[in-house]
Parts: sequence; structure tokens; C-alpha cells
Amino acid sequence: MKSKPGPKDKTTNHQPPTTSHGERSEAPSPRPTVAVFKFASCDGCQLSLLDAEDELLGVAQALDIVYFPEATSIMLKGPYDIGLVEGSITTHHDAERIQQVRRQCRTLVTIGACATSGGIQALRNWKDVGAFVRMVYANPDFIRTLKMSTPVAEHVPVDFELRGCPINKHQLIELIGAMLAGRKPNIPTYSVCLECKRRANVCVAVARGDACMGPVTQAGCGAICPSFDRGCYGCFGPMESTNTASLTEQFRILGRSDDDIVRAFRSYSAWAWQFRQAGEECEKS
Amino acid sequence: MSAKAATGNSRSIKVDYLTRVEGEGSIQVKLKGDQVQDVQLQIFEPPRLFEAFLRGRHYLEVPDMVARICGICPIAYQMSAVHALERILDITVDPAVRLLRRLIYLGEWIESHALHVFMLHAPDFLGYPDAIRMAVEHRELVELALRLKKIGNQLMIVLGGREIHPISVTVGGFHKVPTKADLRALVDDLSWARDTSIAAVRIVAGLEFPEFEQDYEFVSLSHPDEYPLTEGRLVSNRGLDIDASEFGDQFMEQHVKYSNALQCRLRERSAYLVGPLARFNLNFDKLPEAAQQVARECDVVPPCLNPFRGIVVRAVELVFACEEALRLIAQYEPPAAPRVEAPVRAGIGHAATEAPRGVLYHRYEIDERGLILNARIVPPTAQNQKRIEDDLWHFVPQLTALPLDKITAKCEQAVRNYDPCISCATHFVKVERVP
Repeated sequence: MKSKPGPKDKTTNHQPPTTSHGERSEAPSPRPTVAVFKFASCDGCQLSLLDAEDELLGVAQALDIVYFPEATSIMLKGPYDIGLVEGSITTHHDAERIQQVRRQCRTLVTIGACATSGGIQALRNWKDVGAFVRMVYANPDFIRTLKMSTPVAEHVPVDFELRGCPINKHQLIELIGAMLAGRKPNIPTYSVCLECKRRANVCVAVARGDACMGPVTQAGCGAICPSFDRGCYGCFGPMESTNTASLTEQFRILGRSDDDIVRAFRSYSAWAWQFRQAGEECEKS
Repeated sequence: MSAKAATGNSRSIKVDYLTRVEGEGSIQVKLKGDQVQDVQLQIFEPPRLFEAFLRGRHYLEVPDMVARICGICPIAYQMSAVHALERILDITVDPAVRLLRRLIYLGEWIESHALHVFMLHAPDFLGYPDAIRMAVEHRELVELALRLKKIGNQLMIVLGGREIHPISVTVGGFHKVPTKADLRALVDDLSWARDTSIAAVRIVAGLEFPEFEQDYEFVSLSHPDEYPLTEGRLVSNRGLDIDASEFGDQFMEQHVKYSNALQCRLRERSAYLVGPLARFNLNFDKLPEAAQQVARECDVVPPCLNPFRGIVVRAVELVFACEEALRLIAQYEPPAAPRVEAPVRAGIGHAATEAPRGVLYHRYEIDERGLILNARIVPPTAQNQKRIEDDLWHFVPQLTALPLDKITAKCEQAVRNYDPCISCATHFVKVERVP
């Protein structure tokens, strides 16, 4: 099947692999049901679905969006065929809620750096969260938060992780198309460097000595930072097989301080183990 | 949503999870007979503690990091941040850079307003749960909205690399600037968008609005020659007229138990309103002629005190955004350099810009190495929180004859007048400096 069904293309009206179930106020739908859940996040990854302007109405024909509070007042009860989860787990309440969400979703997909690695708010994981709360709030007693911001997969089994801060909307559409067709999604796990070469960019690390995270970062963004004359800052998180030690060494050769290097690994996917380890090793040395 | 009947003649209206807004919040209204006893806009969006973890980061990292506060208005965060940091470093940007900043910001306004007007708010007026279900009977309207939204996003992609968390904005300018041809390629779409926005004003002006007016204190930026966007003094219709650096003297934040977002109030006069309605009422004469004309034609002129007409004002601002983008593109000559650099020095800088939802204030203190010592961020929805509650206090009494589910739906619609961005609002404000 096509990965990007056009809104007016009747031939892409997919026959779903499953039927909906559960008690519903609407007539039973022959289309797979989708629910979109939010945890600690900026809303950007779920917005990517609404930002798929050319595909949205087509997607909405192929799927039955029955729970997506950012976009609809319809809030049907589960179970759901597909659950898309944005955001990280940062409160006791959310740690319980993700268990319920998992039980309700036949297929559970996490979208974005928060859900797949704990996100930027995982920077608290190296600090005293109590001190953080006191810095921000006048009445820290009112605030309930966990010491750590953790990815969904640390709490429940996840069927697929879509990376990026934010995710790439074309990858999201590809993933939805693949789920509808019951095939493996075509989401590359190689590094940003491959995308960068394909765009015929001059390497900003080699030519200009920029501290570029591209060699250890998963592709998916289209190598936009090097295309805009700056080094990649790693917002898609670690690629499949990283050599962070080598990159750390290269950053040192380029004259970066250990503090700079720790910060480079500790950003949007800081809690992903490859980046976590690289930052901590640099701190130790 | 749930509407719970309670014992006796007291009733409680509760929207457990506000939908078609960005982020997680709920509203609770307690009624005794026809009297409102309590209103709470509760924000349970989990704290993400941005102001805390920004400490110790390098100032050049700030524009990319604060973008992550909000996926709907990342440019607003980048703009307030770079303007505040440039004040510390005493950087004056190239006029062409200033132009490009306005242009990318307008892209965000177009995207955000098109999303809210047609996809989040219009379904309330037309009686649908969402834009997708609305498309079954109003396909053309939804397709028009999606195209408008895409044109705003396209502007952000050309200037910033992508529409969510763009990567080109930096202190001193941009990492890379577009060519004239890059921008000229957008002109046809933007011309269509301008004409469509004018038509959209007429469409939404024809919706049915509840009779409801409030005596608001409106707060927005004000610039001598421009409709407010990136620069200007903070003014109000009650005599406020300050530089962004005086924000802390005039405004205060309160931390209430039921909200993870601090409520911002004017020290002397409590609740106030920021956003399109405030900008429109305070700066109508700065709107381009086409926007003023269609607003007058639809009988939406200052003082516009009905918050439900905010949907029309947003559409008028869409006309402004498209007109202004076209004007800027026609003027554009690339700058000599994409950005200017300045030596690092310690200091404090403030800035306020107009996010799609209203005034966004940032304050940073950096040390001589360029590391952040303190950050303070006051988003528009934190400022509107109290005003949203006040609207409900006054609006609910006219609804008491309705069944509870209708009251509940009307309350939700009243909250959506503000296009609240709860993800933003939960990135609070620091109250005391901790040494």
C-alpha cells in the first residue's frame, strides 16, 4: 500500500486488519481505532499529526480517531487498536496511567524524544528534583513529581518507538500506513550523516570544525541542521550502534571542554543509555 | 466531560479533561441555586521545570531549549529568548535579520491561528466534536483551514528548517538566511492566504455569539509604527506603559494549590487579558487597511469586549499576518552576514514578544562565561488563567436554566476563547532567587 494516502484518493481507503471492539456510543466502526495520549511533553509530536495537512483527512478516513483530546471532544473508552503515546513519565499518577493505557491498546507506539527517552525534562535525573521544584514554585508542597523523568518503555512494553524532538510527520504517516497494512515500517536506524551526504552538504565537522552530533544521532530529520550551516544537536537521539567514545575524542581534538561535551550529550535525549553513558564517562574523566 | 448533580440545590460542573486545547487541564464550577460559589481552572499538566534545568546551560543553547516548552509556538519562545539575551550582550541585529524574524514569527501566527480558528474553536460554534467530523459536512472549510495552516508552516520551514522546533534562530540572527528567490516562491500561496483570510473573517463573523461582555484590562505590546509582534512597550487600556525590564515590578505570580501553572496578576489591579483581543483593541490603527476594512465591515471594532468574538479577531490577525508577510518579502534584501556575534559578558536581560496567544515575557541572568544563572519565563496562558476563571464567574449565571451538559459545553467553549496553551503555562515562573 501507499505510505501517504491522499485525502481524495479513494483507492487508499484501507481495509483494516482488525475491527473495533468494546462498548461504544457510535455504530461499530470497521476501521481500526486510534487513541492519542499525552504525558509530560510540549504537544509538538501529537501536533505533527495535525501538521500532516495533506494526509490528515485521508488518515482520518482510514482510521477512527476515538481519543485525541488535543483535537477532538470525542473521548471513547478503550480498548483501542492503536495507541500513540507522547510524553515522559514524571508523576506517580502518570506511572499508573501508562499501565492502564498499555492494557487498553492492542499496539502501543511511543512518539518523540519524551516518550522514547524521557525528553528534555530528564535533565532533572542528574539533579535534586526537590531543589528544582523549590526554584520554580513558591509552595513546593503543592507539587507532586517523581525524581526522574523516564521513557514509557521503562514502565510498559512498547511495540514501536518513533524518535525525534519533534518526530518527523512523514515518518509518522509511514508508520501509520505500515500498521494499517500489517508490514514493518520503513524507518531507518542509521545516522544523520547518511542523510547529510545524500543532501550533498559539505561536512560541517570536517570543513569547519563544528561539534556535530550527526555521527551518533539517528536519521529522520533530513539533516536539517548541517543544511542550515550548523552542527547537528542530536534531537533524534542515539542511532542504533553509536561510537560515542570516538565522537567525544573528536570533540576534544576540536577544542571542546568536557563541560561542553557533557552538555552536548545531555539535551533532548539525555536519558537514552548511549548518551547517558557518554556524558557520565566524560564527567568521570 | 461530566456534569455531576449534587445534593440539594447545589450543583457542580466539572470538565475533567479539557479538549481541543494544548495540554492537560480541567475546570470546576460550583453552583448553589443560580449563584456561582467557586471556579477553578485546574492545571494538572506535569511540571517540566524548565527554569531550573536551564541553569548552568550556555546561553547559545537557550533558543533551542526553550522552543521545547511548546510545540505549537516554539518561535515565540525563541524570539523572546534571543531578544532578552541580545539585550545582555548589547547586540543590535541587521535590519534584514529583524525582517526575517518578523517573517518566521508571522508563519507561526498563521499556523497557530488557522489551527485554533477552524480546527479547535469553530467546531464549538457549528456543533461538532472536532474538525475531522466537521469535514463530513464542511469539507471545503476544513480543506481551506489545512491549506492556510500549511502555508504558515511552509514559511517556518523555509526560514527555520522545520515547523515544530525550528533550528535556524540564534542569538544575533540566524544560522542561515534564505535567498530572495526562496521567499518569492511563497508569494502566490501567501496572496491566496490573504484573500482566504479576508473571506474567513466574514465566515466566522457570521457565527452565533453569546451575549457576554466584560470590562477587561487588556495588556499587549505597543509599537509606534507596527502591529505588535517582536518589539514595543507593554501597555494597557488602564494606563500601564512599561518596558519589559519593569515586568517584575508590575506583575506578580501566585501559586495556587490546584494549578501547576503560576497565575500571573497585575499587582495593583489583579486579572488582565493578553492575546489577540488585547492586541486588536489596543492597536487597531496599526492593522493594515485590508484587515481594518473587513473588521469594520463585519462590525468588529474596538472596543470589542465579547471574548467569544475572539475567533473573529484571530481571523482578522490572519489577514494582518499574510499582508505583513507579503510586505516583508517584497522588501527583503539578504543581510551582509546571517548573524552578528558579540563578546560574552555577565548581565541581566528582559524581553517580551507577542506569541499567538499573547505576551510572552523572558528574563535571563548570565555569568561572564555565558552560563545561565537564572531564567524566568511567563507564558500568555499563565497570565490569562485568572481572567479565564473570572469570565466563568460572570458567564455561568446566565446559563443556569440550561441542563448541566449544555452548561458544561458552554464553559468549555468560554475557556477555548483564550486558545489556552496549558503545556506552555506549566513552565512557570520562579518567585525567589535561590542563592
